[in-house]
Amino acid sequence: MRQRQARQQARRAREFESFVAGAAGRLLHAATLLTTEPPDANPRARRLLTAALTRTYAHWDRLRGEDPYDRARQELAARFARTAWRAHRGRGGVLSALGPRERLVVVLRLGEGVAEEQTAALLGLPVERVRSICARSVATLTSGPRTSGGASPTMTVAPS
Amino acid sequence: MTRERKEDRVRRLLDGPWPAVPPEVCAEALRRGARQGRRRALARRLLWLVVCAGLVVFVVWAAVEQPWVLPPAETTPPLDGW
Repeated sequence: MRQRQARQQARRAREFESFVAGAAGRLLHAATLLTTEPPDANPRARRLLTAALTRTYAHWDRLRGEDPYDRARQELAARFARTAWRAHRGRGGVLSALGPRERLVVVLRLGEGVAEEQTAALLGLPVERVRSICARSVATLTSGPRTSGGASPTMTVAPS
Repeated sequence: MTRERKEDRVRRLLDGPWPAVPPEVCAEALRRGARQGRRRALARRLLWLVVCAGLVVFVVWAAVEQPWVLPPAETTPPLDGW
């Protein structure tokens, strides 16, 4: 019994390791875009990734055919949404001009290619909101370098 | 049309170089995830235990007390005038 458990645990760990080997790069890229850190100095994104992978592994046996990458991305987005409000200023990355929610929408929709409906469900927003946030963010990003401090009206989060 | 072009531009913007994944991330997630999973399983087991114990207590109480049986009347109507 115990031996079987140990073997199962080892198999699970192997599966998880091969999953991480394939997925961590892309997830960390997404996390770094969200935290707007430079790619070579991204402690926040790393913590975000570790936390998301931890939760994914904790639920590994209960995925029931769900794609572990989807699950990890979902955990990452949820965790960022929960914690991002504390520090919502850009840190020099590509998406620094956007607020946290706009970054989430842009990264999920355009970076990860998640469907509008799924993005809306993940963020707990109506689909129209996702569409309008995405359109506004795209406009902000493509209108050239804007003056800093141009926080969007939706991101009026009280500084902690 | 122009919206799609703009979205493509943003996609290219997002498609920058990928950061290197530090090797300790996987081991850390494995360690912490296993602990979290164990704790979760324990909590689940405990919850089931409490539910089962509650059920047993209820069944025993019901069997002893039989709350569906009407208690015998303690007062009888006054019986006079016959």
